[in-house]
Amino acid sequence: MSEQLVFTRPEVLADVATHYCPGCQHGVVHRIVAECLEEFGLVEKTIAVSSIGCSVFLYNYILVDTVEAPHGRAPAVATGVKRARKDAFVFAYQGDGDLASIGMAEIMHAANRGERISVIFVNNTVYGMTGGQMAPTTMVGQKTTTCPAGRCMEREGGPIHMSEIIATLGGVAYCARTAVNTIKNIAQTKRAIRRAFETQINGEGFGFVEVLATCPTNWRMSSVAANERVGKEMIPEFPLGVFKDAAKEEQP
Amino acid sequence: MSRIVIDEQRCKGCLLCVEACPKSIIVASSRFNAKGYKVAELPEASMDTCTGCASCAQMCPDVAITVWRTAKSKAKENE
Ligand SMILES: Cc1ncc(C[n+]2csc(CCOP(=O)(O)OP(=O)(O)O)c2C)c(N)n1
Ligand code: SF4
Ligand code: SF4
Ligand code: SF4
Ligand SMILES: [Mg+2]
Repeated sequence: MSEQLVFTRPEVLADVATHYCPGCQHGVVHRIVAECLEEFGLVEKTIAVSSIGCSVFLYNYILVDTVEAPHGRAPAVATGVKRARKDAFVFAYQGDGDLASIGMAEIMHAANRGERISVIFVNNTVYGMTGGQMAPTTMVGQKTTTCPAGRCMEREGGPIHMSEIIATLGGVAYCARTAVNTIKNIAQTKRAIRRAFETQINGEGFGFVEVLATCPTNWRMSSVAANERVGKEMIPEFPLGVFKDAAKEEQP
Repeated sequence: MSRIVIDEQRCKGCLLCVEACPKSIIVASSRFNAKGYKVAELPEASMDTCTGCASCAQMCPDVAITVWRTAKSKAKENE
């Protein structure tokens, strides 16, 4: 009987237990990033920039050289790394509190400058690490520790749609929003991350992939219910799709 | 026969694999691992239903599932 190994852990993904809560989809995103690094043969030349949030320990899981950036500053640190080491493949990995709140200036300007870096943005609509405070991406009506009655449009405004904003900036070569709630969307996430990495490899410009993900702990939901929420509530608010692809725009 | 192996020490019992399996053959076991998580399992009796599609493994946030696929025609030859 000839059996074929069809799914196993990528080698660059450390064979260790993660500190993530059960059902936390940072793990799925790490795995996809690790697979893409291997498939493009980038492992040896990659310098990752991790951020502040639950994914702060990225360097314990994706075994590449990593710089840990101060809160929100990953795109600025990645800019420095890439400009100093043009031969390196540089990606930043950030949460929504990190990228869309304290780090809003850095991401906007790095994207606008068209830095040859790739940013993986994990949007779980909450500050996961610090116990579930409201993030700029928190949905109207969503309860968090700092909006216990639910986010109020009148008081706090609505959730920020980062992909739509990033796509308008001049230096951006690729910008997409995906999710990891279904097998189909996981495949789409992998295609998007591959394409974002490709734009850097080809020197086309800045690459950005927003991945909708769960935080079952701070959503106070079971892992399965949290995953269902992504399809039922998040995707209608944060539509999936490719918001910019420079390669496609060139061919009329 | 396609098959999967769940690394019980890595499993956190989130049950996303249970939901993802198109054959609905993965279940919550009654065992707890060293970290205290109640792990998922594919009972040996259901293993021959597994198609090796790897949906469970793709979905697992803890990369705890390894999948081997055996082509159908090949499996028939061996019957
Ligand atoms: C300068 C600074 N301000 C505030 C904090 C506290 N802090 C740590 S993580 C975090 C938010 C993380 O949320 P997010 O980026 O969404 O990541 P998640 O944990 O949800 O993946 C905050 C505010 C900090 N570490 N440093
Ligand atoms: S708090 Fe949320 S984001 Fe952080 S590890 Fe737990 S589930 Fe994941
Ligand atoms: S490989 Fe497919 S059929 Fe087999 S257990 Fe996993 S999801 Fe189910
Ligand atoms: S998805 Fe992974 S961690 Fe969750 S129950 Fe299944 S094997 Fe365990
Ligand atoms: Mg977050």
